[in-house]
Amino acid sequence: MTFWLLLTVNSVTFGGLLFLLSAGFSLIFGLMRIPNLTHGSMFMVGAYLGTSLLSGALGITLNFWLAAVIGAVEVALLGALMERLLLRRLAGQQLAQVLVTLGVSFMAADLCLMGWGGDPISVATPPALAGFLRFGGAVFPLYRLAVILIAAVVALALWLMLERTRLGAMIRAGVDDPQMARVVGIRVSQLFTIVFALGAGLAGFAGMIGGPILSVYPGLDQDMLPLALVVVILGGTGSLLGSFVGSIIVGFIYNFGQALLPELAYFILFLPMVLVLALRPQGLFGGQVL
Amino acid sequence: MFRKLTPRKENLAFRKMTRRALLAGTAAGTAAALARFPTPAIAQAAPFKLGLLTVKTGPLAQGGIQMEQGVLTYLKETNYTMGGRKVDLVSADTGGNPAGTKTKAQELIERDKVDAILGPLAAFELLAITDYIREQKTPTLSVAGADDLTQRRPNPYFLRAAAASSQAMQPMGHYAATEMKLKRVVTISEDFAFGYEQMGGFQSAFQQDGGCIVSKLWPPLVTPDYTPYAAQISDCDGVCQGFAGSNPLRFMKAYANTGLKYPVVTGETGGDDALLKSFGEEAIGLISCTPYTVDLDTAGNNRFVEGMLKNYDTIPGQYAAIMYVSCQVIAAGLQAVGGDASDKEKFMAALRAVSLTDTPRGPVKFDHFGNIVGTFYVRRLGTEGAKYGLKLWNKTIKTYENVSQFWTWPEQEFLAHPVYSRDYPPLTKC
Repeated sequence: MTFWLLLTVNSVTFGGLLFLLSAGFSLIFGLMRIPNLTHGSMFMVGAYLGTSLLSGALGITLNFWLAAVIGAVEVALLGALMERLLLRRLAGQQLAQVLVTLGVSFMAADLCLMGWGGDPISVATPPALAGFLRFGGAVFPLYRLAVILIAAVVALALWLMLERTRLGAMIRAGVDDPQMARVVGIRVSQLFTIVFALGAGLAGFAGMIGGPILSVYPGLDQDMLPLALVVVILGGTGSLLGSFVGSIIVGFIYNFGQALLPELAYFILFLPMVLVLALRPQGLFGGQVL
Repeated sequence: MFRKLTPRKENLAFRKMTRRALLAGTAAGTAAALARFPTPAIAQAAPFKLGLLTVKTGPLAQGGIQMEQGVLTYLKETNYTMGGRKVDLVSADTGGNPAGTKTKAQELIERDKVDAILGPLAAFELLAITDYIREQKTPTLSVAGADDLTQRRPNPYFLRAAAASSQAMQPMGHYAATEMKLKRVVTISEDFAFGYEQMGGFQSAFQQDGGCIVSKLWPPLVTPDYTPYAAQISDCDGVCQGFAGSNPLRFMKAYANTGLKYPVVTGETGGDDALLKSFGEEAIGLISCTPYTVDLDTAGNNRFVEGMLKNYDTIPGQYAAIMYVSCQVIAAGLQAVGGDASDKEKFMAALRAVSLTDTPRGPVKFDHFGNIVGTFYVRRLGTEGAKYGLKLWNKTIKTYENVSQFWTWPEQEFLAHPVYSRDYPPLTKC
């Protein structure tokens, strides 16, 4: 019983973390029609910047949440710059854009190695959440429960943004039909920058939030990117609901797969992706932003 | 460059010399140089070429960078000399993959004509070049563990100053059974050869002393979150983990987060001193058995640690230490052959015969397969004795001296078994 409970809670936690990572990935994919292969790097860079802020890179030691938010803003700015300076020049050439994102991800990995060294950095759990919650025979770290809450809050905020704001309406129009959106006067290229920055910022934020669970180390980017890819293909590109449901599904498959059939853990993880691609290529919720 | 520095007047005088006079002068100079030194000395005046195969990019870079730092610390300390010869270091980044390792090894041997190779880091890299270095007869000293390279498939040009994969785990198994009095242990390690060989060594030694393995867990090399595996650990009184790289960090976190309290034992990568600054409180109590410990208070180790701190402001782990020791071995071997490494068979024989008493890892000698016979240290991770500004420290609690890769078993008996694998030794009823 404890075993099942522990795995269930952990599945939701991991799903929450994946949602933070993949929501931006999905929006970028949906709007710009390219898988942003630097998304893993943004996750890692956010975590690295966050740890530096935590340990006083600005001259003062920030608290965990402030470090996560400032790190995310920095990554968002980097994302905006990348979109403006690199991807913008290749507008319309999707293959070239994908290759650029891949190249930048290698460069980012090496720059991080130079800047932060090869040693893994462990991120301390915020002191207020360092405790455990006991339930039945199982213990649940408060921090992991908090991650679920954070993911839920971010999901709600994104939903409100997409559903209730002018910007959200423009993004939905852009995902739906970029040509038409342009015709009715939406500046789609500006939208690209905003969404790219937003996605980058979310990934950077997720990196720091994931820090106390995953720690930060060279190669973190390559570990996370395939998971984001699975989530988005499963849920459907450009769909917030899709990435939410996809994240939770992958969280469960990941945890239960590894616990029950460890030999087949990766097979089981990628199987739904293959099935979806074969039977429903647009994903479970493809084509609908919400 | 040189001409620029020459005073103008002399330069003019030089131009006025006839071509014939210049030629005669140069010839005379060369003759004089030849007369002054006998020929063999000229050969030795050329630097000894040392190749380093390391990994400076990607996930293995942490160990790879430490390897290079260990080598450079040795070279700086000795002013780039080994056995009386100047040393020329050629460093190559394999990228951490077998194909890259093969390419770089070929470059080092065929283009740079190195006399010996240090590295590579990982067993799969070493396996990619083992036949090639044997053909080329290039002495190679690596940190890579792969048991069989000094057991059932020995390579005469390979020396290992670190430890075979299973070597440190055998004393660890003995210690767990006899001193920690553990009876039932769950093993967990990465799903690849290094993991199998470590756990196989632990299981064999642990069972010999009355312990029993309840189950074996094999997470894939890339496992962002170990909680699903930690959740499977039950019905035991101890855990043996064999993780490498940054994985020990995340495993210990997930382990503590799952609320597990059984004592954890590990080997050289799972408790590596280079991880001390990254570990948090969740790792306190971790028992590790390693071929190198920064805690060793000898003149040889203190000099090395101070060198690493001075040059790189870094606490050395086993990768740096073993490369430093490997340099000491090469220097001693080169000394023994009078600085002449041109006869590769003779040089290799001298390297294999090296016996040192005060290296950072303690005394060093090799068995007839070229594998280390040395001291292994059992340490407990805690706050006691912490130095160099660290909060956590691996405090030595027992040393095993003269540990061979065959542990207490006769060589023949050991080699009659298949190499340790996922299913060997098999699980017994427990």
